Amino acid sequence: MNFRNVGIVYRKELTEWLRDRRTLISTVLVPLLAFPVLMVGMISLMTVMIVKAYKDIPKIMVLGGEDSPQVLEKLRGVDKLEIVPSSDNYKKRISEKEIRAAVEIPKGFDAALGRGEEQTVKIYFYEGEIKSSFGANHIEKFFKDYRDSVISTRLAARNVPASIIKPFEIKQENVAPPEKVSGAALGGLLGYMVILLSMTGAIYPAIDLTAGEKERGTMETILSSPISRRDLVLGKFLLVLSASLTTAVLAIFSMGTSFYVVGRSGAMSSKEAAALQLHIGLPTVLSVFLMALPLAVFFAAVLLTIALFAKSYKEAQSYLTPMTFVVVIPAVASLLPGVELTPKLALIPILSTSLVCKEIVAGTFHWNYILLILLSSSVYAAAGLFLAVKMFQRESVLFRS
Amino acid sequence: MIDARGLSKRFHDKKRGEIRAVENVSFQCQPGKIYGLLGANGAGKTTTLRMLATILEPTDGTALVCGHDVVEEPEKVRANIGFLSTATALYPRLTSQEMVEYFGRLNGLDEPTLKKRIDDIFDRLDMNGFRDRRCDKLSTGMKQKTSIARTLVHDPPVMIFDEPTLGLDIMTARTITTFIRECRDRGKTVIFSTHIMSEVEKLCDTIGIIHDGKLLTEGTLAQLRQKYAEQDLEEIFVKVVGPLHSNSEA
Repeated sequence: MNFRNVGIVYRKELTEWLRDRRTLISTVLVPLLAFPVLMVGMISLMTVMIVKAYKDIPKIMVLGGEDSPQVLEKLRGVDKLEIVPSSDNYKKRISEKEIRAAVEIPKGFDAALGRGEEQTVKIYFYEGEIKSSFGANHIEKFFKDYRDSVISTRLAARNVPASIIKPFEIKQENVAPPEKVSGAALGGLLGYMVILLSMTGAIYPAIDLTAGEKERGTMETILSSPISRRDLVLGKFLLVLSASLTTAVLAIFSMGTSFYVVGRSGAMSSKEAAALQLHIGLPTVLSVFLMALPLAVFFAAVLLTIALFAKSYKEAQSYLTPMTFVVVIPAVASLLPGVELTPKLALIPILSTSLVCKEIVAGTFHWNYILLILLSSSVYAAAGLFLAVKMFQRESVLFRS
Repeated sequence: MIDARGLSKRFHDKKRGEIRAVENVSFQCQPGKIYGLLGANGAGKTTTLRMLATILEPTDGTALVCGHDVVEEPEKVRANIGFLSTATALYPRLTSQEMVEYFGRLNGLDEPTLKKRIDDIFDRLDMNGFRDRRCDKLSTGMKQKTSIARTLVHDPPVMIFDEPTLGLDIMTARTITTFIRECRDRGKTVIFSTHIMSEVEKLCDTIGIIHDGKLLTEGTLAQLRQKYAEQDLEEIFVKVVGPLHSNSEA
């Protein structure tokens, strides 16, 4: 291998790449702006909507209860509920969002309560509709509080201490530090993003440097120079790898900054903001990149090989676009609850890296798995690179017509 | 010099089966001479020249270029040739000077030599007015000059031209033919493929007529005229290729 020639090819490809407007868009602008615009925008919008929904006083309907003035009076006293006159079409009105929920008070509720009989209060709401859920929650809270006060009164009347029905308390306490909690929640996302972006960032340059060269007629020009095909493909491969890593780095930087800005903006409560903060130090981020590096090499080599096979830019695009799904499916699988690293899964490319990244961000270092995954993904990367070099030596591929 | 020895190239096509693009082609080109490979479209000219330039590997036979075997030492062969064809385009996002520099570096030139060589060539070809202009902004003539500079930057002793004037206007084509003559006058070995009779008559010292992948005849223009008792090269070409052509048509 002639390192000087590999460097010359890399430098030339880099110059051309930096002058390409499409590159700036796909490698720099999209990862840098996509997150602030999409994620921050989406999160802010969701937060605003949730806060607004929570602050809204829901309109509810009370069905029955005419013979139970006591409970009705207490219910009317709740400031977080607006009671509208009842009608038979309450289900339709809930569906059409005219009212948020309805509560059905059984006949003779007050009297039955006095006799100590068991009865059921029904709450009607529209599942999946956030404002309806809030309305139902307010009603449920009111009735729970009311039930507790009835219990307390009954116990006091019989001279029984309250602890008789609550002999002990149950309390969960978190031992994980905050960074581990957010790591578990967002860790999978970080690994997934690095993997996905290092793949998408490689697509455009891989096409441009192979099928693009064929289409522009520069392939024959470069093949007539004294550089060996192995050095040529290595120079091109390094550029595709650089593009892939640049996209991933910019996206992660952008994602981190976006979360930080949203957290600081005061759009959310301090608890919500803390949950969004990526409590991830630089060493963790570097570890994730180190684990993803062999995978990025694999992507760059495989995409280069597939794109080289195409005769034109369009044909290469049609080959490589479905590749996104090939990467997304195992990466998403790693985010599913309960999917954990096993020796067999550690050999599956993409899925293994995504799983190990999730663990690293959550602060767990299974060194045996880390070594196994680094080794297996390095073998895949070397195989991909070998395939790319071999493909560049095949006339039937270079001059496919 | 170029010494082609029984060059053959076969391709495999899924629909048509084995295609014999070039069959047992042998010829020699001497320094300071222009060898013209004359043939119709699909005759095997481009495949022959691509084998000489080591872009394609021969299925059988070989060729020596400046003493280097095209099969055994392809990189040394490429270091000794300048290859120009209509298919050898320029990198659109590089400037004219960057394009030439890139090929100079790939040919192993050190920076001071490269700079001197580029200054000389750009002066000679009157390219200084557009040396910093991107190749995708150049006119056809400027592009051809840049391509010429690219092939010349390492001062190769052998020049291979594959239909270099195809599709060019008269003035740009003249730039190319003038350049080919200059190469010969500088003592380079030149091989040139075309299907344009007038170019062959004007430029070539030796003419080889190729058809269906086979080199059917070769000689100087005078020798061919005498052998086929015709003055006009087109008539000679038809006489050589005609019967075979009719057979293949039938």
